[in-house]
Amino acid sequence: MTLEHLDIGKDAEIVSVNTSENMKKRLLDLGLVPGTKIKPILSSGEKEFVAYMIRRTLIAIRKEDAKKIIVREIYD
Amino acid sequence: MINIGLIGNPNVGKSTIFNGLTGLHQHTGNWPGKTVTKAEGIYVYKNKKYLIEDLPGTYSLTAKSKEEEVTRDFVYFNNYDLLIVVCDAVCLERNLNILIQILEVTNKVILCVNMMDEAKKKSIIIDTNKLSNILGIPVIETSTKDKSSLKKLKETIYNFKEKDVLKIKYEEIINNSIDIIKNDFPNLKEKMYYDLLSYDRNLIEKLTEQYDYNDIVNSVSKAQDYLYNFGIRKEEIPYLIVSNITKKAESITKETVIFENEDYDKKERLIDKILTNRLTSVPIMILSLLFIFWITISGANVPSEFLYNFFFSLEEPLLNLLNFLHLPDVIVDVIVYGIYRVLAWVVSVMLPPMAIFFPIFAILEDFGFLPRIAFNLDKYFKKCASCGKQALTMCMGFGCNAVGVIGARIIDSKRERLIAILTNSLVPCNGRFPALIAIITIFFVSSSFGSAFILTLVILFSVFMTFIISKILSKTLLKGEPSSFTLELPPYRKPQFLKVIIRSLLDKALFVLARAICIAAPAGLVIWCLANIHVGDLTLLKMCSNFLNPLGEAIGLDGTILMAFLLGFPANEIVIPIMIMGYMALGNLVDVGNLSELKNILVNNGWTITTAICFMIFSLIHFPCMTTVLTIKKEIGLKWSLCSILIPFIFGIGICFIVNNILSVFI
Repeated sequence: MTLEHLDIGKDAEIVSVNTSENMKKRLLDLGLVPGTKIKPILSSGEKEFVAYMIRRTLIAIRKEDAKKIIVREIYD
Repeated sequence: MINIGLIGNPNVGKSTIFNGLTGLHQHTGNWPGKTVTKAEGIYVYKNKKYLIEDLPGTYSLTAKSKEEEVTRDFVYFNNYDLLIVVCDAVCLERNLNILIQILEVTNKVILCVNMMDEAKKKSIIIDTNKLSNILGIPVIETSTKDKSSLKKLKETIYNFKEKDVLKIKYEEIINNSIDIIKNDFPNLKEKMYYDLLSYDRNLIEKLTEQYDYNDIVNSVSKAQDYLYNFGIRKEEIPYLIVSNITKKAESITKETVIFENEDYDKKERLIDKILTNRLTSVPIMILSLLFIFWITISGANVPSEFLYNFFFSLEEPLLNLLNFLHLPDVIVDVIVYGIYRVLAWVVSVMLPPMAIFFPIFAILEDFGFLPRIAFNLDKYFKKCASCGKQALTMCMGFGCNAVGVIGARIIDSKRERLIAILTNSLVPCNGRFPALIAIITIFFVSSSFGSAFILTLVILFSVFMTFIISKILSKTLLKGEPSSFTLELPPYRKPQFLKVIIRSLLDKALFVLARAICIAAPAGLVIWCLANIHVGDLTLLKMCSNFLNPLGEAIGLDGTILMAFLLGFPANEIVIPIMIMGYMALGNLVDVGNLSELKNILVNNGWTITTAICFMIFSLIHFPCMTTVLTIKKEIGLKWSLCSILIPFIFGIGICFIVNNILSVFI
């Protein structure tokens, strides 16, 4: 599934990142490589801008980019 | 002299450590991107002299924006004796990424694990000795409250000796492909080969200063082709390299950090929910504005009155002194009624609101509220095809538009950065606030709360206009789609009240005083000359204001007001004093005193409610002050700095014209 569809508070891990090149670099800087855990925490608008917990920091990403990030939900 | 660079992720407290080491007062705030240019400072310890540079925060050495280039160029190309890497103890793992990258460049590194007090509060335990052993570099625990930690840091810097440090062991095929580039370009820093292998465009561009572009690209392609033989496509290479780094950071954290309470951020998430909630976020933002203005206005009344009386009581002695020196009457007039009174006005009316507004704003900044504002507003900025970080540059603009313009470097997209720069002056800076407050108090409501309420509406209008003009720009001059970006929402921090209040008071108050004296005094002189040089029957001043009068009246103002804005180009603080001098020199000589006397002058010169409204609109939307225009020219060039003058000027004239005509129907 894409990150955009992950519900607030659900844990998932990154499968692949298919955003624009610059955004890929930005996300890489934050350590967003396949396998990294990610969890949506806050949402602004209709998930237009969502803040995710990534490596214990809160990073907000726009819906357009979240659509291009594939994740796998982790069920406990 | 020993050269030291201070480096780390954004918002980990580098500037605080810099200030602690050097005793300088680089501004600090709890949001990523507060420092976008490098600051230098010197300190002496045990007879050794240290030059220390506070570099803009960055998440990696792969530069994507201007401010990150500053840091990367320093690490790759400067001659330094030592790098101090500052990490946030609360999220050490992510912070270690940049440290590990830097260890690939140099062994001359000391690690500061900062915000240890915050970590302790959140029951995060860090074994810094073990960390030091693993990394092979000295590790110091620091926190803003613990002064002794700075001493320890200085001692560690003093005793620093280079040792072998942790290096990542990459897969053999990666090493082989690196060797291919190394063969062609043997003199680069180790980490740069990995950046080249990942095809870091920005770095390749930088290297063309020394090497041939085609040579670099060919060499990189050879290395990438080598990896392709093993089934690794070139777009996978960056991930492969970074995975090695993040895995290392993960394993180091596992060995050295214990989270005793996994719910350590529960309270923060609750505050976040309230501040960013769909229903509560906007009211909270507006109410906080209202609250700040209310405190500012009600608190400023008494000191304003006091300062004015104080300056007024000095006028007579000053007059006597100048007469005693036997100066010609005209000169005494100029000094006392021109320069001195303008200064007295600027200081007594401007200083108190600034002295109250800035500390309160700085406390909000320290707390971590501003990034949440950017988060909440992004959806509106997206509709204007710009980005939420523009909200941060607008917040800086409240202090000084020139600072807001430089601050726009945190925006990656060139187009969106231009929009943020060109619209920054729509947010009233500290030089314009007091004038707005004065006009509101005179013409609308005299109660503090009422004034604060109207001022809030004025600010909302300026924010609204920022959206409108941003939108128009992105449909015309700066056509484009909203770009991608990430925004970090940092942990909340308890503001250091006393320190913030004293710092912002001293820095701002002194700065404003100095600027007022530097600019108001010569402006007083110019006005006096204009008022006293006759051409035919008219004074130059009268001629100028007559010339501007038709335009002025068409937009609800008058010639003198327009001239005051033009002459106030060097600094917005002096628009009202110039205007008053202009009115007085035109023959309506009245004693300028407190606000009720100011009202008399304005009303005697034909001011109405419409004039007041148009004045406020024009004050928000005209052209940036000279400092800001020069800054814009430096940041993005002459052409755009001219646009930054013309765009708001045209909009300001247009809106005032419309408002004036609509109001004239009713009033």
